[in-house]
Amino acid sequence: MIEAVGLTKRYGAQTAVDNLSFQVRPGHVTGFLGPNGSGKSTTMRMIVGLDNPTAGRVTVGGHPFRLLPNAPRQVGALLDAKAVHGGRSARNHLLSLAQLSGIPATRVDEVLGVVGLRDVAKKRTKGFSLGMGQRLGIAAALLGDPQVLLFDEPVNGLDPEGILWVRNLMKQLAAEGRTVLVSSHLMSEMALTADHLIVIGRGRLLADMSVKDFISANSADFARVRTPGTDPREREKLTSSLTEAGGQVLSEPDGALRVTGLPLPRISDLAHAADVRLWELSPHQASLEEAYMRLTQSAVDYRSTADELAGFEPPDLGPYGGVPQGYGPAPVPDVPHEAFFAPPPPGAVVPRRYPDGTTGTTGTSAPAAAPAGPTADGDPTRHDGRDSNEDAR
Amino acid sequence: MTTPPIPSTPSTPSIPYQQRAEGAPADGYTSPIPVRRAHFGDALLAEWTKIRSVRSTLWTLGVMVALMLGLGLFIALSLAWTDSGYPEQTVLPLGFFGVMLSSICVITLGVITMTSEFGTGLVRTTLTACPSRTRVLGAKSVVYFALVFVISLMTTTLVGALQTSILNGPPPTGNEWLQATVGVSLFLATLGLFALAIGTLIRHSAGAVTIMIGLVLLPPVLGLFMAGSPWLGPVRDFLYQYSIPMLLVSLYENPTGLPGPSGWWSLWLMIAATAAAMAGALWSLHRRDA
Repeated sequence: MIEAVGLTKRYGAQTAVDNLSFQVRPGHVTGFLGPNGSGKSTTMRMIVGLDNPTAGRVTVGGHPFRLLPNAPRQVGALLDAKAVHGGRSARNHLLSLAQLSGIPATRVDEVLGVVGLRDVAKKRTKGFSLGMGQRLGIAAALLGDPQVLLFDEPVNGLDPEGILWVRNLMKQLAAEGRTVLVSSHLMSEMALTADHLIVIGRGRLLADMSVKDFISANSADFARVRTPGTDPREREKLTSSLTEAGGQVLSEPDGALRVTGLPLPRISDLAHAADVRLWELSPHQASLEEAYMRLTQSAVDYRSTADELAGFEPPDLGPYGGVPQGYGPAPVPDVPHEAFFAPPPPGAVVPRRYPDGTTGTTGTSAPAAAPAGPTADGDPTRHDGRDSNEDAR
Repeated sequence: MTTPPIPSTPSTPSIPYQQRAEGAPADGYTSPIPVRRAHFGDALLAEWTKIRSVRSTLWTLGVMVALMLGLGLFIALSLAWTDSGYPEQTVLPLGFFGVMLSSICVITLGVITMTSEFGTGLVRTTLTACPSRTRVLGAKSVVYFALVFVISLMTTTLVGALQTSILNGPPPTGNEWLQATVGVSLFLATLGLFALAIGTLIRHSAGAVTIMIGLVLLPPVLGLFMAGSPWLGPVRDFLYQYSIPMLLVSLYENPTGLPGPSGWWSLWLMIAATAAAMAGALWSLHRRDA
């Protein structure tokens, strides 16, 4: 069991970890999530006593790591796959660690077999690929057959076979009653592996709950509704009737509607009442990734933006040569064309990026843009309707 | 399985979430691998594995031996060839030049023994496997000290024997032999530890090596520059007498005739300086984030 109480780490003026308190319990795979620079690795380094916390404490099995009796037999950690001397062979690297921990040398060959590096055991680690380095790091963590295991990004660079292996390994280790803390950015992987989640952003605890609770607490579930493509009026009719009933409607690129705020039977009833046939009415369960994005989007430090290639526009091709001109305002706001669309969590105040590059802050209590629905005054180049669409519930 | 008793935390009643997996044991997995507490001997063995399993060790120590042996032999042979009358003094001090040059190898290897761990991040793996900083630094120091001492003891003895057999000066006394072999080897090994301590403090190979070379070479060079100035006399004398090359020379003989440290006192001085550097290194290793 790992227990952090008020854990804080400051580097000068910058606070990497801010008053973090959590418990990691045995018998579970606990996922440790957070955007880049949110303090995951710093926290893990503090757990194993490499970094001294500025304030607070973290204990493993009731002891600070540095005072743990027989630490390497109780805690195994993969913090950085590159943390090996490139001039030393894989076997000698593990052998020195085994000797340091008082572990029999036969265990070295055993873990080399477990991670599948037996054939390259005598090779210097300089020539190892990222995936092989990860396997070596996992071998080092498993060496002491410890009760508590920490893995920082264990599947980085692994091949699909390796990813599957790590997934099963984590589950198996937890099933044996060990405490397993895994950080990863691969949400699909986490959804399959972890039972419990600790999510941090900017060094603060954002969530500490089971995966299921996490998804339902931060989900963006919606219904996908498709009307017969032959008649756009039916679509408009349904949209207005859904909006009147209190739902929020967004248009998907292929013409389907994304409806939130109304249960599926109600949508069906409304469609029936409006005399609109439906070709599709399907529930969409949010994935862990969506729930995660929704929770952390206000805590992201390093945000990528679209490469606009400003200043490299092709020459003006005249009034009809460029972007196809629209035929007037779109009746329903489109789903924003982002790679991933995550509506802001309810009640959150999030920085917004307008198309002209300025950012602003929009409180959900005061929707800045036009209300959702088939209002005809929407500017097709702006997607501001999304905030009010999503938050007016 | 003789697991050492771990006091379980009494804070179990405050469980913030209740969805513990069915059938999962409450707290504990016991490894079938026999558990025994690691001790200092384990750390020594581990450090020995580390130092012998990288090629730079072999190369650096090889160059060190080659310099001592080659330079010692070259000087002795060239003196014998020219027959330039050295017989009034013992010939053991002729070994100094080789030892002085090979000290650069000792410094370099001492520094990189530590900084290579910091540079690669291996130190984090090491300190996770052994949270006791004292044990890690202690084991490294003992292994490196012993390695340098044994190799230079063998080499200096061999060089001394060859030199006395090639040149027929007066036979050195027992104390002269002891100082020129055991004394010089202890001095070299201590210098290696000093470099290891500086490496621990600086954590950067090039930086630490530069500092060490500067510490060895700068005082005599500065003293040379001050030669013309009469009122800098005491400073110059101090820089001369307490510079590392002069301390090493004085283990063979006292060529300057200055009232500085000589003989074994040079070694004690070097050991004292190294102890101070080691204390700083240990403090740094404890306090600073790895």
